[in-house]
Amino acid sequence: MSAFVLRRLMQAVLVILVVTLIVFFGVSVIGNPIDILVGPDCNQACQAEAIAALGLDRPLVDQYLLFLANLAQGKFGTSYVLGSPTIDLILQRMPATLELAFSAMTISVAIGIPLGMWAGLQPEAPSGKAIMVASILGFSLPTFWIGTMLIVVFSVELGWLPPTGRGPTVDLFGIPVSFLTLEGLTHLALPAINLALFNMSLVIRLTQSGVREVLLTDYVKFARAKGLTNRRVILVHVLKNVLIPVVTVTGLELGNVIAFAVVTETIFAWPGMGKLIIDSIQVLDRPVIVAYLMIIVTMFVIINLIVDIAYSVLDPRIRLQRSAT
Amino acid sequence: MSASSETEAFVSAAPQGTFARFAEDFAESKSAMLGLVVLTIIVFIALFAPWISPTNPNDLLQVSILDNRLPPGTTGSRGIYHALGTDGQGRDMLSAIFYGLRTSLAVSVSSGLVAVSIGATIGLMAAYFGGRFEALAMRLVDIQLSFPTILIALLLLAFLGQGVGKIILALIIVQWAYYARTTRAVALAEKQKEYMDAAHSLQLGRLRILFRHLLPNCLSPLIVVATIQSAHAIALEATLSFLGLGLPPTEPSLGLLIANGFTFILSGRYWISFFPGIALLITIVSINLLGDQLRNVLNPRLQK
Amino acid sequence: MSAADTLRIGLAVEPSSIDPHFHNIQPNLQIARQIFDFLITRDHKQQLGPGLAVSWKAIDDKTWEFKLREGVKWHDGTPLTADDVVFSFGRVPNVPGSPGGYGAYVAGKKATKVDDLTFRVVTEKPNPLMLNDLSTFAIVSHKHGEKATTENYNTGAAAIGTGPYKFVEWVRGDRIVMEANKDYWGGQTDWDKLLYKPISASASRVAALLSGQVDFIDNVPLIDIAQLKRNPNVALSQSPSNRLVFLSLDSNRPVSPFVKNNEGQPLWPNPLRDGRVRKAMSMAINRPAIVERVMDGGALASGQIVPEGFFGHNPALKPESYDATGAKKLLAEAGYPNGFRITIHSPRDRYPNDAAITEAVAQMLTQIGIKTEVQILPASVYFTRASKLEFSFAFFAFGSDTGEASSPLNGMLTTFNPQIGAGAFNRGRYSNVEFDAAMQEALTTMDDAKREQLLRDGTAMVIRDHAVIPLHFQTNTWALRKDLRYEGRTDENTLPRGVTKAK
Repeated sequence: MSAFVLRRLMQAVLVILVVTLIVFFGVSVIGNPIDILVGPDCNQACQAEAIAALGLDRPLVDQYLLFLANLAQGKFGTSYVLGSPTIDLILQRMPATLELAFSAMTISVAIGIPLGMWAGLQPEAPSGKAIMVASILGFSLPTFWIGTMLIVVFSVELGWLPPTGRGPTVDLFGIPVSFLTLEGLTHLALPAINLALFNMSLVIRLTQSGVREVLLTDYVKFARAKGLTNRRVILVHVLKNVLIPVVTVTGLELGNVIAFAVVTETIFAWPGMGKLIIDSIQVLDRPVIVAYLMIIVTMFVIINLIVDIAYSVLDPRIRLQRSAT
Repeated sequence: MSASSETEAFVSAAPQGTFARFAEDFAESKSAMLGLVVLTIIVFIALFAPWISPTNPNDLLQVSILDNRLPPGTTGSRGIYHALGTDGQGRDMLSAIFYGLRTSLAVSVSSGLVAVSIGATIGLMAAYFGGRFEALAMRLVDIQLSFPTILIALLLLAFLGQGVGKIILALIIVQWAYYARTTRAVALAEKQKEYMDAAHSLQLGRLRILFRHLLPNCLSPLIVVATIQSAHAIALEATLSFLGLGLPPTEPSLGLLIANGFTFILSGRYWISFFPGIALLITIVSINLLGDQLRNVLNPRLQK
Repeated sequence: MSAADTLRIGLAVEPSSIDPHFHNIQPNLQIARQIFDFLITRDHKQQLGPGLAVSWKAIDDKTWEFKLREGVKWHDGTPLTADDVVFSFGRVPNVPGSPGGYGAYVAGKKATKVDDLTFRVVTEKPNPLMLNDLSTFAIVSHKHGEKATTENYNTGAAAIGTGPYKFVEWVRGDRIVMEANKDYWGGQTDWDKLLYKPISASASRVAALLSGQVDFIDNVPLIDIAQLKRNPNVALSQSPSNRLVFLSLDSNRPVSPFVKNNEGQPLWPNPLRDGRVRKAMSMAINRPAIVERVMDGGALASGQIVPEGFFGHNPALKPESYDATGAKKLLAEAGYPNGFRITIHSPRDRYPNDAAITEAVAQMLTQIGIKTEVQILPASVYFTRASKLEFSFAFFAFGSDTGEASSPLNGMLTTFNPQIGAGAFNRGRYSNVEFDAAMQEALTTMDDAKREQLLRDGTAMVIRDHAVIPLHFQTNTWALRKDLRYEGRTDENTLPRGVTKAK
C-alpha cells in the first residue's frame, strides 16, 4: 500500500514538472505580456524597463532555471499583473471554489440518487421517463447557457436570488465559508445549482442503470422470493449495490466539477480560482498559470489517490497493487 | 489460400450479431428513433448549408450592418426575409445557425475521427502486445483521464493560441485517451476468444490480425463512446468559445453564436442567443438519445 | 451607521493592485483616486486644478516651485510634507516587478524639498506638460511607503493615503471596502462606506443593478442602454471618452504582408503608401452607421485625435463623410479600379465591440471593391503580433492619459524612434518629417497658445494625409439607482466620491 502511494506521488512530481515545462515555454511563445499591459504613455524606454522588471529580458532557459531554483526554495513566483505572490492569490481564492464545488456535489447526490432510484424502479412510468429525459437535458445543455437563464429567470424576472458574487463569509476552522449565513446561502444557491446540474444528471443516470441491473440479478430475485418487503429490498440490497459506482464516479467527478467551476465562476462573478486562471491566460500572466497548474495537479493527484484507496476498501476485489503496475 | 480466406471470413463474422437483429433492437425505443431522424436532418443541414441557407452569412457582400438585430419575421433592406431575425452584424440568424451547425459538427466529427484512430490504434496495440508498451500507454491514459477535459483544453489553448485548427487539435488531445482505454478493455476480452486462436493458428500477419480481426470486433463499444463523445465535443467547443478561448468570431459555431448573443439577453433581443441555443440543444440531445439506445442495445448485461 | 450610507459599486474591472504606482491602468487609478491624492487634480473633463499642490510658479524655463496644501493629514494622522512628495517622485519609477508604471511622467524631472510645504521640480528641458504629468500619479506617504512592497499596499498595511476614503479591506475577486475619511480636506461625500464588487460579465453586472444588489455600475454595455433608459428604477450617466478608436495602416513598407491583388498574390507596390487609397478607404466607411448600429449610439464619430474640449482639438477637422461612389472613383484614379484584397486584424473583447466594428468596416470596404478578410485574435496574441509589425491594417484604440493631444500624437503618429521615445505605438510606421519637427517643437514650447496651434496644425497635417483612419470616440456609460447621480468622466474613471444623492 505505501509502495503504491509512494509510486503515485513520484509519478505526480514528474507530471507536474512536465506540465510546468510545457506551459512555461508554451505561454512564452504566444506573446509578450508587456505588449498587453503597457499604458498609452509608456514609450520604448518605459517598455524596456517593464520587460526588465519582470525578468523577461533574459533568455527563456535562464528564466526557467530561475523558476526552478525559486521553486526549490518554496517560492512560486509573483504575478506579472497582480504583483502578489501567486501562491497567495490562488490559496486566497481556493476556499470559494471548493465551497462551490462541494455544494454542487452535495446537491447532485442528494437529489440525483433518489430521482435515479425512482426512475430505475419505474422505468416505464411517465414520471420515470420524465426524469430520464430531464437528465438528458441536464447532461446536454452547456453550463454557461443554463447559468445565464438562471440569472434571467430567478434574479432579474422573479428577483428571488442575487445574481452574482459571494455572500458574507464566516470562518470555519480557519477557512472562510459562506454557507453558514442566510445571505451567503442565497448567493450560493444559483451558482451551486448551475454547477450541480451536469453531475446530478450523471448521478441520476448511473443510479437508474445500476438499479435496473441490480433488479435483474439473482440475489435480488432471491431476496424477494424470501418474502422481504419491497422497501427493504430496495433500501438495503439495491441501494447498497448501486452506491459503489455512484461514490466512485462522484469522487472522480469532483475534479471535473472544480474545473468546470471556471464557467460558473465567470457567469456568477464567484470569487474563486477558476476566474483567476481565465484572466491570467488572457493576459499571459505566466507565473499564475504555472502555479495554478502545479496546485491543481497536486489536488487531483490527491483526490484520485483517495478515490482509489476508498474504492479498494469498498470493493476488496480491486487490488491496489494491480492497478499500480 | 481460398480455404484460409474462407476461415478468415468466418472468423470475422462469427462474433457479430446480424445487422437486422441490431436494427430491430434499436428501433424498440421511440425516443432513439426520433433522435436518429432529427440527427439525420441536422447532418443533412450541416452538409448542405451552402445550398439551403437563405444567405451566406460569411460573405461580406451579403451582410449589411444596417440590417442588424432585426427581430424574427422581418424583411431586411435588401428584401431578404429573416425568419429568425438577424444578429449583431446583420447576419441572417437562420443561415448563421445552418453554417454554425456545419462548423460545430465539422469540429466535433473531425476531431472525433482523428481521436478514434489514434486512441483505437494505441488501445489495440496495448492489448495485443502488452508489456512495457501497454504499461506506458495506459499510464499515460490514466494520468490524462484523471484531469478534467476542460482544464486540459484550457491549458492547451493557453499555449496553442486560438483558431479552428487549434481547437480541433485540443479536442483530439482531450479525447484520444477515452478511446484508447475503451479499445484496450474490449480488445483484452476479445483476445481470449476462440477466433483469435484460429487467426493465430493460420499464421496471419500481426497487423492483419490487429486491424482485420481484432478491430472490427471492438467497434461496437467504440461507436457508443464516440457517439456520446461527439456531443461532449460540441458542448466543450461551445464552452471554450464562450470563455473567449475557442473559435474566432468570424465564422461562428453554434456555441459562439450563443456566446455572442449572451450580451443581448437582457436587452430583449433574445433571438440572437436563443435560437442557436435551441439548435445546440436539439443536436446534443438527439445525439445522446441515439447513444443511449446504442448502449442499451450493445450492452449485453442489459439484454433480456 | 445605516446601510443607506453604504454605496455598493459593481465594477467591471477589478484593480490589479492597491499600490498606486504599480501599474498605469485605469482600474488601478480609479481606486487610487479614492485612497490617495494627487498634486494636481482633474475634473470630469480632465481639466486640471489644484490638488495637494495649491499654487505653483515657474522660476525659469526648467524650474518649477510648488506650494503644498496646508493641514492635509495622512489617514494615520501625520501631516503631509514635501518629504512625501520627494519620496513619491523617487518611488514611481522604481517599483519592483511593475509591468508598466508611471515612470514616463517623472522621467527627466528632479524634485527637491525647499521647506515642509514647498518643493521644486527641475527638468532637463523645458516641459510644458508639467501639470499634466503631475496629475497622473498619486502621492504616497514616506513613512509608510519607504519599506513597503506592492504586496504591503495590497494588504492595506501601506495603503495609508490622504484621500477621501480609508482602505479597509480587499478580498481579491470578491470585494474592496473603504470607509470615509472624516478629516478629509476636500469635505465629506454622501457615503460613509464604499463596497466595490467586481462583476466582470457585463450582463451579470446589469442584472446586479436591476436586482438591487448594487447601487452603481460602470461600463454599462452599449446594448443595454436603450433598455435601461426606459427603466424607471435606473438613472444613467454618459460622457464622451478620450479614447479614440482608429484603424492603423501599414503605410511605409514597400510590400505589406496582408495586402494581396485580386488573384491572391502579394501586391507591389503596397497600395497603402498611396494617400489616395487611404482616403478612399476612409471615405468608404459609414461612421454614422457604425455609431448607430454597432455602438447603439454610444460613440461620437471622429475626424481627429482628441475630442472637443481637449487641448489641441482642431475644430476645423470634421469626420470624413461617407461616400462609397467617390471612394470607388478615387480608388480607380489611384490605379485600382477593381480594388485589391486585404486582411484587417482586430483584438477581441479588449474594447467595446471591437470585433463587431471590425466586421462592419470589412463589410463596407468590400462594398467598394477592397475585398476585406477579418481576423479576430485574442489580446494575448494580438498586441505582440502588432508590435512585431505583422499586420497590414488593424484596429486600435488610444486614450489620452494626459488629457491633451500631444500624448496620442506623439505615441501613435510620430516616426518610430526609441532614442527619443517617439512613436512607441506607431504600428503602421507612418513617417512624416515635417510633422515630427512640429511635434518636437510642441513638446518644449512653454507658451500655451502657441503650443496648441502647433498641435492643431500637426493634427491637420496627419489627418489630411490619412496617416490613420479615425473612427470614433467611445462614450462611457454608468448606471445608478434612480435616486443617485454621477457626473460622467472623459477619463472613464469610476469615482464613488462623485456619486451624490438626488435632491
